[in-house]
Amino acid sequence: MAKIRRNEKREMPALNTSSLPDIIFMLLFFFMTVTSMKEVSLKVNIHNAQATELTKLEQKSLVRYIYVGTPTDDYRKQYGAETRVQLDDAFAEVGEIENYIVNERSAMAESDQGRMIVSIKADKDTRMGVISDIKQALRRAYALRISYSATQRTSY
Amino acid sequence: MAKKVPQINASSMADISFLLLIFFLVTTSMDVNSGLSRRLPAPVPPDQKVDDMKINKRNLFVVKINSYNQLLVQGQEMSVKQLKAKAKEFIANENEDPNLPVVFTEVIPGLGEVKYTKDHVISVQNDVDTQYQAYLDVQNELVAAYNELREEYSQKRFHRSYSELPEEVQKLVQKVYSQRISEAEPKNYGGK
Repeated sequence: MAKIRRNEKREMPALNTSSLPDIIFMLLFFFMTVTSMKEVSLKVNIHNAQATELTKLEQKSLVRYIYVGTPTDDYRKQYGAETRVQLDDAFAEVGEIENYIVNERSAMAESDQGRMIVSIKADKDTRMGVISDIKQALRRAYALRISYSATQRTSY
Repeated sequence: MAKKVPQINASSMADISFLLLIFFLVTTSMDVNSGLSRRLPAPVPPDQKVDDMKINKRNLFVVKINSYNQLLVQGQEMSVKQLKAKAKEFIANENEDPNLPVVFTEVIPGLGEVKYTKDHVISVQNDVDTQYQAYLDVQNELVAAYNELREEYSQKRFHRSYSELPEEVQKLVQKVYSQRISEAEPKNYGGK
């Protein structure tokens, strides 16, 4: 007859964690491949405009950004509440765009120079006067491929 | 006797990789940048006068956006939602309406005989005070009109979706419905 021994102390076996590093590594590699470092810290408020016919900007190395919007609260005192342009990490005037683009382009690999895309990230309430000025500056800089940054519209 | 190699203690490996994992988790941003792709016209040399190209009036589709974001399409007030249908009607001109752009019949190798309006121009004019979103809406609807026409054409001709066509054929279809959206040289319309 089987004897049920209840009183005997049974120790919980130690959990085998030897595969834990492998699992973590797998996750690590996943995030390493999909990651893209935050490009810049935004100094202007941007509420994305919406559209439906979007194309993705896939080759990040070809894309340069121009941010347009009103300065965030931290900078409002210094720069006022008017719409401003941000290039890389600093505020800029529209007149500086042409030089910026030309410099950025000459820093690119020669084979990529003709394929540069300028993405205009503008707040949806921006007035078109500023945007038109930027577009003219881009034309003068011969940066003709542009993309109006927008998010997918879900409903009208 | 061979000396036994002591085992490397790998228990801290998990900690190290955890650390890295958390670092990448924090810095990651999954959002893919997307936007409406456009191509700007080449700049006009400063010594050259901007002379208005002569365009047959029936080939021209004018969309004006004023500072209150209202649309005037071919002299007619309109909401953005109606714009796409109107633009499609204009670009395709299926009934060869004499008021809509001239329809050409041409043989394109790979597609056969195609009727299309190769000289049409869509002109978008905006005010200085137009809201960016309103401008983008108009651009979006116009691009949507072209995309729908391409889709319809490839369904009719190849019984397949445009996105499924091989790249060379897509190029041909693009040629039939090529985007001819002109952005006017900015003008100051007086006013304020």
